[in-house]
Amino acid sequence: MDEREYNMAEEVKVFSTWASPFALRVIWALKLKGVEFDTVHEDLINKSPLLLQYNPIHKKVPVLVHDGKVICESLVILEYIDETWKQNPLLPEDPHQKANARFWAKFGDDKVMQSIGGGVLLKEGKEQEEGFAASMENLKYLEDEIRGKKFFGGETIGLADIALGWLAHYLDIVEEIVGLKLIDQEKFPSLAAWKQEFANAPIIRENWPDRDKLATKYVAMREANLGKGTPK
Amino acid sequence: MASDQVTLLDLWASPFGMRVRLALAEKGVKYEYSEQDLMNKGALLLQMNPVHKKIPVLVHNGKPVCESLIIVQYIDEVWKDKAPFLPSDPYQRAQSRFWADFVDKKIYDFGRKIWMEKGEDQEAAKKGFIDSLKLLEGELGDKPYFGGETIGYVDIALVPFYTWFYAYETIGNFSIEAECPKLIGYCKRCLKKETVSKSLEDPKKVYDFVVMLRKKYGIE
Repeated sequence: MDEREYNMAEEVKVFSTWASPFALRVIWALKLKGVEFDTVHEDLINKSPLLLQYNPIHKKVPVLVHDGKVICESLVILEYIDETWKQNPLLPEDPHQKANARFWAKFGDDKVMQSIGGGVLLKEGKEQEEGFAASMENLKYLEDEIRGKKFFGGETIGLADIALGWLAHYLDIVEEIVGLKLIDQEKFPSLAAWKQEFANAPIIRENWPDRDKLATKYVAMREANLGKGTPK
Repeated sequence: MASDQVTLLDLWASPFGMRVRLALAEKGVKYEYSEQDLMNKGALLLQMNPVHKKIPVLVHNGKPVCESLIIVQYIDEVWKDKAPFLPSDPYQRAQSRFWADFVDKKIYDFGRKIWMEKGEDQEAAKKGFIDSLKLLEGELGDKPYFGGETIGYVDIALVPFYTWFYAYETIGNFSIEAECPKLIGYCKRCLKKETVSKSLEDPKKVYDFVVMLRKKYGIE
């Protein structure tokens, strides 16, 4: 292409880490919409000056930079992506359905992730039992919501699917580490079916982080958390 | 729109509920206010918000919308011909969403710790709270409102918490105005607007409510 065309081409960058389920949401959304982008791989132990400049408040990934405009917080980024690149919409037009999608995305982050990550992976004994019970309660709500639908977004992947998508891969690893089954086929048949559908969907299936690397990381996180406060 | 049925399930002292009241007032929407007893949750609340069993819940023509910021966005999208809360540019919208999310993550959590905790935990919460308000002051800059010339999404997310500042200050034994005069100036400016003053509760009444809560939770 000639110089003018090159300068008019959009510049889209995603700051991410290999393990982050939040950054993965942004990568999925851009790929589902066919948007070209570059990935800047961050090391959270050694954050780049650019990341700290772009996200001084939270100092986290993901960060999206689109033609010099910086956006932080994965769910905020997803809405920006959906409003900027209108092909393959992630949100429906109807305000009530839109509110519903946002509700389940938020539920995933506020409750599901907390109960499974904080309550099950990082705990043991009685605390883990409580975390497990809370997780099961939360998964039941998801089961009721997904029943009769292929995706939370209906026939196609939507905002809630992308926000909850970590359940279709990261959860397996957690279950193996703690020896507990959370998305049990018998207890949550619709959610188990969604998990399969989503994990194997085009684009989604090509971008999962390495299972063994994740397992190593999560085992280390669990041990570090359990090691706190116990006499050595 | 003339036959819209709008009900708000709410608790008078809730800053989250006040967000919705303010949003509805800005749009000039007529609605039925239904005060909820959270110690004895009614059938309607449990039916309309079975997942969280919390207020606020907006019921619009029989269908519920839950979570205050989700409700505020819904109101903006349904009653779109008046007083838009979000700008039309996607990047500006993203900035507004970021800062409203910041209010949720920081102001509420630190504020809660100020009235629930003691000693070091309370001191840490006070510092976090003031640091967060200062970041908000930076974002406000020279604008009259976060929304620019008119009240917007971030203003609606933030200003109800002003009604809890007196409680935080009295219980935490500090002055928010001394640390963040610009932000307090901003809140007082907002209160000059009728939609804001009629949607927000009296800080002294809120303080009495918080005192009652502390007694109930055995914090002294």
